Amino acid sequence: MIDRRPFVQKILKNRKPNLRVISGLGTSTWDVMSGGDNTSNFGFIGAMGQAIPFSLGLAKSLPDLRILLFTGDGDTLMSLGSLATVANHPVSNLSIVVLDNESYVETGNQPTATAGKTDLELVAKGSGICNSYTITSENDYDKVIKTIYAEEGPSLVVAKCQAKATPLVFPHSFDGSVSINRFMSSIKS
Amino acid sequence: MTATNKDWRDDIYKVFKDLDITMVSHVPDAGHTPLINLCEKDNEIDVVTLTTEQDGVGLSCGAYAGGRKSALLMQSSGVGNCINALALPNICRIPFLTLVSMRGEWGEFIPWQVPMGLGTPKVLEAMDVKIFRADYKEEVGSTVDAAARFAFNTNRSAAVLLSQKMIGAKQFKNG
Repeated sequence: MIDRRPFVQKILKNRKPNLRVISGLGTSTWDVMSGGDNTSNFGFIGAMGQAIPFSLGLAKSLPDLRILLFTGDGDTLMSLGSLATVANHPVSNLSIVVLDNESYVETGNQPTATAGKTDLELVAKGSGICNSYTITSENDYDKVIKTIYAEEGPSLVVAKCQAKATPLVFPHSFDGSVSINRFMSSIKS
Repeated sequence: MTATNKDWRDDIYKVFKDLDITMVSHVPDAGHTPLINLCEKDNEIDVVTLTTEQDGVGLSCGAYAGGRKSALLMQSSGVGNCINALALPNICRIPFLTLVSMRGEWGEFIPWQVPMGLGTPKVLEAMDVKIFRADYKEEVGSTVDAAARFAFNTNRSAAVLLSQKMIGAKQFKNG
């Protein structure tokens, strides 16, 4: 099982200028922030279930950039239908990495459906996202980097993670308008 | 005042073109169908069919962050699906425009449409969405134009309720 925080930090360490990073609410946003503040990131802190459709709209609008979404299994499970929309209105520049710890870790480690019988890789494939696979080790880092920067999207990687609480790392601002305007300025420049 | 075309859907399409709205998402409704068809014929407009209306809120916000304007088309029954999603354009001050075809109000046949029809304005108001309403064909173009300008100029959420009186209540026949 992957230790999510160093894994996210490693992916973001030598990021290319054409990468824009979105994170789903809660832990994924703290994970991305732990890799250092960057105006090319936009993190959700609410609106659960909206990170995937947001990333689809962004990717459709910015075909020359690579869009990477880090989000959790809880956020993904809330909008499974959006995977069908991503598949049927495909964007070649979108990668979704689901940090799947099989639990709602921020609320007290209640198990999610992926702790039971649900397999998000199969859900993604069944929804029509052909480029979908599961990793269980940090050693698959190179494979994920290739998917993010070089492969035809949309793609969905299920990264099986340890279910452990990690320190909260707050973003530059909790005000969404500040965050989105900062992020949009990184696109214009 | 926007010119009135033969079909009020043409007037909405004209507003989309005038204001450079290039992404239109929807869970379809018969009232919107002529507009969806017009948008699908237009190579400059991306039409995205959703599985649930709430995804149109996120999609629209992502499109705006990437520099494109969009509109979400739905039936009044879809408004309830969007409640928490509407927090996103609200807290981020992202312009959001939705056009809602009303059910459950004027000569409705299906009782199941009534609860959300009655709830639609209350839900939108509860989430700080500015409501514009069109009851007559002649006012659709100017109302959608006003709502779109309100949304995109003031970075707020706006909804146009297209009344069932104007769209026409479908009468169902058994058998």
